[in-house]
Order: sequence, then structure tokens, then C-alpha cells
Amino acid sequence: MVNNNLASGHLHQKEVNQLVRAISAMGLLPIMLVVLIAALSIFEPRFLGIFNILNVLRETSFLAILAAGQMLVLIVGGFDLSVGAVVALSSTVTATVMANLLGIMPDDVGLVIFAGVAAGIGCGVAVGLVNGLCVAFLRVSPFMVTLGTLSITAGIALLLTNGIPVYGMPKVFVKSFGRALWLGLPTTVYVALALVIMVWVIQRYTVLGRYIYAIGGNLQASLVSGVSTKTYLVMAYTMCGALAAITGVLLTARVGSGQATLGGNIVMLQSIAAAVIAGVSLRGGIGRVELVTLGALFLSIVTNGMNLVRIDSKIQTIVLGIIVIIAVALEEYGNRRKIRE
Amino acid sequence: MNSDSDQVQDTVISSPENTGEEIASSCILEMRGISKQFPGVLALDNVDFDLRRGEVHILFGENGAGKSTLINVIAGTFSPDKGTVRYDGRDLSHLTPHRARVMGISPVFQEFSLIPNLTVEENLFLGREISRAGYLRKGVMSARAAEVIEMLGFDLDPKKRVSSLSRAHQQMVEIAKALLADVRLLILDEPTASLTENETYKLFELIGRLKANGVGIIYVSHRMREIKEIGDRITVLRDGRKIETCNAADVGENELVELMTGRKIDVLFPKIDHKPTRKLLEINNLTLANHVVDDVSIYARAGEITGIAGLVGCGKSELVRAVYGLETIEEGEIVIKGERILHPRPDISLKKGACYFPSDRVAEGLALERPIRENASMAALDLADFSWMRILKKLNERKLIQGIVDRLKLRPPNIERPVGNLSGGNRQKVMLARGLTRETDVFLFDEPTVGIDVGAKVEVYELMKELVGKGAAIILVSSELPEVLHLSNRLYVMHRSKLVAELTGDEINEQAVLSCFFQDDEAKSNAGE
Repeated sequence: MVNNNLASGHLHQKEVNQLVRAISAMGLLPIMLVVLIAALSIFEPRFLGIFNILNVLRETSFLAILAAGQMLVLIVGGFDLSVGAVVALSSTVTATVMANLLGIMPDDVGLVIFAGVAAGIGCGVAVGLVNGLCVAFLRVSPFMVTLGTLSITAGIALLLTNGIPVYGMPKVFVKSFGRALWLGLPTTVYVALALVIMVWVIQRYTVLGRYIYAIGGNLQASLVSGVSTKTYLVMAYTMCGALAAITGVLLTARVGSGQATLGGNIVMLQSIAAAVIAGVSLRGGIGRVELVTLGALFLSIVTNGMNLVRIDSKIQTIVLGIIVIIAVALEEYGNRRKIRE
Repeated sequence: MNSDSDQVQDTVISSPENTGEEIASSCILEMRGISKQFPGVLALDNVDFDLRRGEVHILFGENGAGKSTLINVIAGTFSPDKGTVRYDGRDLSHLTPHRARVMGISPVFQEFSLIPNLTVEENLFLGREISRAGYLRKGVMSARAAEVIEMLGFDLDPKKRVSSLSRAHQQMVEIAKALLADVRLLILDEPTASLTENETYKLFELIGRLKANGVGIIYVSHRMREIKEIGDRITVLRDGRKIETCNAADVGENELVELMTGRKIDVLFPKIDHKPTRKLLEINNLTLANHVVDDVSIYARAGEITGIAGLVGCGKSELVRAVYGLETIEEGEIVIKGERILHPRPDISLKKGACYFPSDRVAEGLALERPIRENASMAALDLADFSWMRILKKLNERKLIQGIVDRLKLRPPNIERPVGNLSGGNRQKVMLARGLTRETDVFLFDEPTVGIDVGAKVEVYELMKELVGKGAAIILVSSELPEVLHLSNRLYVMHRSKLVAELTGDEINEQAVLSCFFQDDEAKSNAGE
């Protein structure tokens, strides 16, 4: 029915429209990714070096975990500005708890590591919980809530450490986990893979996942359909906080010390960018973790490529900002041209 | 369990009827003295309502009469401020949407409770998914969804996303959703507003089956034919009060309209003398980028009201919105007073003398926190009367706006009150005032009387009459058939994005318009075979 008057004039305009629709249906991301990898492989020989590839995979893993959490919050129609600060807090808390406990019980390394990791993730859960409760029950806009918790969380991280890196974590944690390779791949890759698969299962096969989509798609309709919207809003923010905290723990193990400067606002922007590039809608209701992982890979390769050709880090933040805006603009453009049957 | 009707029967058989209250048990729902106050309006004022098992009880009234508030109270969306609700012999209080559904109250609202990005079957089960330990049992749900759709006889693909469906199909999903669970009380809020005759027929068949199974049905509709065909009793509401409950067989059409409006029908719609002259607006072969309007050509002449009728979601509103540049155009041309507008924008259209009055006055029309004066002059600040070198002439503004507001009989005539404090009718007058601040001779009205009371309605009609008399061209887009039928000199009918008819003179009647939807349906199914 739609193609009825294809034959009549303005063919050019029609073709352009069809192309736009085809692309917006499939997503630009896979194409851009292939082009980017091909271009870097041809023009920058160091890109395919084994050391560089491992580096890209590691960066992708950190970002993928963070972006998966951010995606969950975006799907319920909110967003989380505090993820970068949560990374910093979980890093400093993990390191501080480990360093102090190691002094008390130097023989129970396993317990020390467990306590440190639990404390770090606990911080993320706590911040996520506060975010979620404020959004769901106080009905404060997600922007203001998470901007507030960003400030609070970052402040606590700095206060705990006075801005000085915290050393003294068990060596095993750093050497055999944070910086180790298992079967030739960085350990973080496995952790990220496990978490991404977990989120994928939640999205596809569980009631929780279904409700997260439903709430973002139409909050009022979900409520009227008997979904306990507040509970699931809180859960989405809490999972986001937890995933951000896990990223913080992994970064800490990699760096070898707890630092309040890990994470930060660039990381927060990257997590939103990775999600938006992957087609997660800022209006809520749309987003798939497998694509977000590709988005994280894309951004990591862009950053890596810019590093390889020695582009100033200040310019890199400008590029990141431009990518985010273009991605959002494309989403809007596609939305306006969607055809109903 | 094989089909939904079996399930319904089970429910009815198992329902407790041994309470001893013989008289009460013939009614599934009894409401006494229900009142509900919203900021600025008393939406329900001491309303009594009851529903028997196995009857279709029509709720009849104008927009804003309190029908939707009443059904929302029954569905648990709002709790009443005063009054008692007895359902199935038990007193109900603290009803939530979820509890209402569990107890067998299934509402089908006009604003759909559907999630656009989920599929049809995912939407059907929303809020009551079949799951094991938190994991969805998709296979079981698919099978059940297919069963229900089959039973209803709707042409729906359960795997399609709701966002890709037309409004009519979304309506079917909404109905299927309501009938998925055990239903004892079904609420249908203008379910046929976007359905074709064929689909409507299927729905009525279904209503018949549900009635036979003892389900009580509350049915909101404006269409006389439907009310006659399926209604058992009718309750008329006006301005939040119950006017009367009567047997459907005992009242005539005119009597009902009089009960609804409180006026005689010939007083409601003024006699308009159309004297069409030259074409002021032409839309030629217009297709929108989202194909909600597909290859439509219409024109509007000075001195007449050109009506556009159609089911909800047929694209009639988008058609006039495109003139104002509010929709993305794929192809086609828009000509205002002989001049082709290549890229329509609201400011260009305004300068050419065309003004659009949106149906959703809150979302698209008014800045609620700002005073009447600023809202009324918003579209005219570039004129010399209102500013000089971008500096506002406030004194002049006050004088001009006060004049227009007096002419429109806005009460109270204090132009410094925030628009948010006004009633629906007065808000519409502020919108109209905006059109009158400029030299406007093409008026594009999109559902101009939605949500306003009868008095204001008559004044809006009178204003239209006055404008046409002065040689303006008016396009009237409306889903209320009586309105376009009585006011239009020429009436276009749109259906599923296409223009299907242009009626003039005696051809303009309800039968002719409704049959346009039907013909198209037949033609399509013939073409499909």
C-alpha cells in the first residue's frame, strides 16, 4: 500500500527515504564498526598489534559493563549521571577495606578480597538504591537526583582518601586477577561477558526484563496493567549502580590502587554515548544489551584510534561530545519517518 | 480450557450468588452518591449508577460530562471523594487498577494502555505474565494469545510490535487484552471510534456472547445507531451530574441529544449561510513522511465551512497539521491564496493568514502559567500593533486583547489571569483569540469542541458562523459526527490515510459517512483476494 505511488516522480527523494528507513531499522552501528576497523587496520599498523588488541578489549569490557547498567536506566526512561562517581567510590572503598583488613588478618587473603569487593559493590547498590527511591517515590527528575548523588558520591570518595591513591591491596588481587590473562585474554573480558549475558537473559527471558521495557515504553499503561512500576524503577537504578561499582572494582584491580580519580564524568558520558549509539532510546522503552556492547566496542576503538594517531585528549572529549549529539539526532530523525501500516 | 468464552462461563458459574441478597445480586455493580473533585472542576457530583449482570449499559454524555471519570473510578484509577461502590455484593474501597483487574473488572480505555515497543502478545499479557521462577514462559503465552485473537476473530499478528499497528489494530489489541483474563465487568470507552463497520460487527457479536454469559458491560458511545443496536439501558451524564437512566427502547434520538446537551438540537447548531467564493487553501496530492496521510487533495473556499470527518487516527488531523508545518511532508503541495508554500512553517502560514487551532490545547496550545493576555498575543507580537523594533507595546496589547476577549464573551474578562485557572471552554476561547489578533482568513480547527461545555460549544459555533459570514474559509476537523454533519457545507471523509469521499448538500448524513468506511473495507478485501 505504501509503495503504491512509487512510480510517480520524485524518485530520488523516495530512494533517500527508503535508505534512511532501511538503515534506521538495521542500525548504523555494525556498518560504522566495520568501516572503522577496516580504516584503522589499513592506515595504522599498530592497531592490529596483539598488545593493542588486548588493550581495546579491556577498555571495551569496562565500558560495556558500565553501559549495560546505563542502558537499563535509559530503558525505564531515566538516566544516571552518577555512574562515573560510583566507579570512583567503589574503587576507593574496595582498596581501603582491603588494605585495612589485610593489616588485621594477613593470612586470610581470600576473605580480605571478598570483603573488599563486597564493600565496593555495596556502595554502588546503595547509590543506585537512593537514585531509584528518589525517582520512584519522591518523583524528582532523574537528571536532578543523579546529579545530586554524583556530587555526593564523588565527595565521599575524595573525603575517604584525601585524593591520595590507596595502596596495600593483596598482591593476588592485582597480579593474578586485575592484570592477568586467562587463556590469552584479560580477566575483565570474562567478567564483562558473563555480566552482559546475564543482562541479556534478564532482558529476553524474565518478567523483570519485560517490565523494565514496559515501564519505559509507557509508565501509565504499565501501572494500569497492574505492574508495580515503583519497584521495577528502583531495581533498574540499583542494577545500574551495582554494575558501575563492579566496573570500579575491576579498574581498581587493574590499576593496583584505589583512586578517587577513576571514572569521572568522561566515563559517565561514554556510558550514555555507547548506549545511544547502539539505538537505546532516550525516551525509554528501547535498547538491547548486545548492541550496547557493540557500542562500547565502537567507542573504545575510536578512542584507541585517536590515541594511536596521537590526538590530544582534550580534542578527544570534543569528538566524544560530537558523536553523542549525532547519535541522538539520528535517532530522532529515524523516529519521525517511521511508517505505520 | 479451550476458549475464552468457556473461561468466562466458568467464572460466572463460580461467582458467589448465595449471599441471600437476592435483589442486590442481580446487579454486579452499584454506585451510590459518587463525587470526585479535581482542581477547578467537580468532575462527578453525587452520581448513582448500577450495572446488572448480562446487560449493556450505555454511558451517554458530552466530552467533559464525567463519563471517563466515572469509568476510571470503576477501574480503580481514581478513588472517589465521596460515595460507596458495591461490586458483586461486597463493598469496595481502596481499589487499585491491579485489584480491579484481579476481581474481573476489565477496562478498555480510549487512551490505550499499550506499550508501543512490545509486541501484541507481550502487551496482552502485560502485568500478568505466565512465568516460572521469574522466567517468562513465552511458548505458553503465545499459544494463549493466538487462541484469544482467534476467538475474537480479529485480524492481528501477535508477533508484531504495537507501534507499527494502525489505531484500529491497537484498539483490537486493547480489547483482546481486556478479554484475556476472567471478565465479569467489561468497560468499553468508545471502542468503535477507530473501527470499521466490519470490525464493529465482530465486536458486537462478541458483546452478545459476553452478555449471554452474564458479563456486565459499560459502553461509552456517541453513535446513535450503536446505542440503539446493543444498549439495554442508558445513563445520561451532564456536567458531572446524572441526568437520567432510562431503557434504551424508550427514548428517541432527539430526546437523548436534548438530555445530553440540555438544549434543543436546532438551537445547538446554528443555521449557517454558506456563500462559497474563491479557493483560499489548496492541498494537492499530499503524502506525509510517515504515510499517515497518503495522496490526499482537498481545498477550502472563502465563505464556507469545509468539514473533514473520519475515524480516530485516520489522518484527518495530520492533514491540516501539515499545512502548518507540524508534520514532515514527503510530497505534494500546499497552496495558500494561490501561492505555493514550499516548506510550510507556522510563522509562514500565519503571515499568509492561516491559523491552526490544535485539539490538544494543553500540550500544543497554551502556556498554562502565563496570563490570558500573553497567550492571546503570542502569535502576533511581530505586528506593528504589538511591538516596535522588538520592544513590546504593552498598553496597546492590553487594549487589543481586552477587545477580542470581550467579543468572545470570555468570563470573567480579566485578561491577567493565568490560563491554567480557566475551564476548557474558556481555554478554547483564548486559543480563538490568538487567531483573531491577526488578519486571519483561513481557520483550521482540529476538534474544536473537545472537552468544553455546551454553552461554550454554542459560542464556538456562533463564532464560526460569524467568521464564515465575513468571508473566512474554515476547515473543521472533527471526530464528533453530528458536529461536522450539521456545520459543513462540503464534507470530506478520510479513511486509513486516504480521502474516500467528498459529500455536498443532501449527501451529508450519518449513513453516507459511515458507509464510506465500509465501502473501503470491502474494496480492500476484494482486492486482497
